[in-house]
Amino acid sequence: MSDPILTVTDLRVSYGRVEAVRGVSFSAEPGSLVTLVGANGAGKSSVINAVSGMLRPAGGRITFEGCDITRTPAHKLVAQGLVQVPEGRQILATLTIEDNLRMGAWHTGGTAQQSMDAMYERFPVLAQRRALPAGALSGGEQQMLAIARALVAKPTVMLMDEPSMGLAPKIVDEVFRVIGEIRASGTTVVLVEQNARRALRAADHGYVLQNGAVVHSGPAVGLLADERIVQAYLGVETGRAGEDGRAGP
Amino acid sequence: MQQLLNGIFIGSIYALFAIGFTLVFGILDRLNLAHPAVFAASAFVGIELVERGGLSLWAALPIVFVFGAVLGLLIERLAFRPLKGRADAHFAGLISSIALAGMVIALLQWRYGPDTRRFPAGSFPDTRYEVAGAQVTLVQVVILGVSLALMVGLTYMVTRSRLGRGMRAVAENPTAARVLGVNVDRITAVTFAISSALGAVAGVLFAINVNTAQLGMGSAIELKGLAVIIVGGMGSLPGALIGGLVLGLAEVFAVQYIGSSWRDVIAFGLLFVILLLRPQGLLGARKVREV
Ligand SMILES: Nc1ncnc2c1ncn2[C@@H]1O[C@H](COP(=O)(O)OP(=O)(O)OP(=O)(O)O)[C@@H](O)[C@H]1O
Ligand SMILES: [Mg+2]
Repeated sequence: MSDPILTVTDLRVSYGRVEAVRGVSFSAEPGSLVTLVGANGAGKSSVINAVSGMLRPAGGRITFEGCDITRTPAHKLVAQGLVQVPEGRQILATLTIEDNLRMGAWHTGGTAQQSMDAMYERFPVLAQRRALPAGALSGGEQQMLAIARALVAKPTVMLMDEPSMGLAPKIVDEVFRVIGEIRASGTTVVLVEQNARRALRAADHGYVLQNGAVVHSGPAVGLLADERIVQAYLGVETGRAGEDGRAGP
Repeated sequence: MQQLLNGIFIGSIYALFAIGFTLVFGILDRLNLAHPAVFAASAFVGIELVERGGLSLWAALPIVFVFGAVLGLLIERLAFRPLKGRADAHFAGLISSIALAGMVIALLQWRYGPDTRRFPAGSFPDTRYEVAGAQVTLVQVVILGVSLALMVGLTYMVTRSRLGRGMRAVAENPTAARVLGVNVDRITAVTFAISSALGAVAGVLFAINVNTAQLGMGSAIELKGLAVIIVGGMGSLPGALIGGLVLGLAEVFAVQYIGSSWRDVIAFGLLFVILLLRPQGLLGARKVREV
């Protein structure tokens, strides 16, 4: 076991008087895939956004590669290698696909042509349409663009917030295949999903969130094998067509 | 021909003023109503640089450019940044920038008094050219050259440079820009600085063109600037350029052929008609991200 590359200790996040995250702790080993699962409103995005510096935690401590980053703003973290694929993709719809990818390398100050070319090779759909506005892509293609754009930043830790949201089953498979590749390339992945079974099957370690707190955690296989957890938190599939058949009890 | 040229000279100044105005709107979705005060302040500062500093007109221009940029940073810091988290940030920024503009004008009055000011005699070179039967002064040629160069430079910067790409990303989706590692606060400040620098140069050029600076010159151009950016398409840089030239030409021809009291009626009437025909503006709204 090596030291974790990312640790979150007793994280708290509030929106005004609403406490969305109340003391969440988790950590990720270098090169591992960790998933945070839970229902709507469990606080998953709040955790991810606090880690990526998009919002300021109300309390707790976050370290990345041994450094305290609890109050480090997002634009500095991207340069340090902590990169987020945000919920809802957040592509720049009126900018071209090429410009979207280029924005992934914003922090380098250069054009990052090499890593962009690598992305075009990996995602041929993007290459064909590089001069089109990104809004012209389908939902699944936009998700690939969002992932490719984050990869251009050369992350050491990639935070992914519901990358399968709203996608057709075949595309979800594709997304999870790409996530597997990213992880295989040595990048640490923190994956947030409502699609809990699917995420746990891909993950090394899992954390189940409920009402802003971790209610279960452990090796992903263990969580999947535990009947009570499956029944209580993962039993109800989130209504995504195509998942039920595969994920049945 | 003479009128056509005069219209283009004054129109290029309107365009330069308006393009700064529309830049902040197009990228940050904010209307900076302190922009006209920058225009006025720079005219006075430009005259002072020539009068007291003994600089030539041309040496004053880059200094005024920097002065405008600094004013822009102050405007952003004082009138916009403190309000940015508010739900009504648009409206709040409108009001606070009006307040700041009032303060700038009051400071100008305190320093320079209420009277009209002019460049000292002999500041203008008398070189003249004959263009197709019309008289053109070197000063006018420089005014046109400087405004066009700044506008072309700005458009190139926004469409081609890394900074411009960052601006377009912020215009499109500030949250996404932040996720990608863009320091949105810095882009915001730079946008204000560039916008105000252009407004400042427009102010001196205007003062040079008519050899006059008045406290009211900001409010006089404010409405024109707003009309130009609405007609050009809110946030559209080329739209502001075309709109400015159209307004300048309309004014000059109205004065020439109808009478000077009709100037505003004709000019704004024309803009009104354009808007009726093309409600989205000449070049559509918010093109700044797409150009
Ligand atoms: N900007 C906000 N202002 C106020 N409350 C918020 C805000 N964002 C989230 N919340 C609240 O915080 C709680 C946690 O939200 P969060 O988005 O982190 O959940 P989530 O697990 O990501 O949900 P989902 O699966 O729907 O994305 C919810 O109760 C939500 O209503
Ligand atoms: Mg969420």
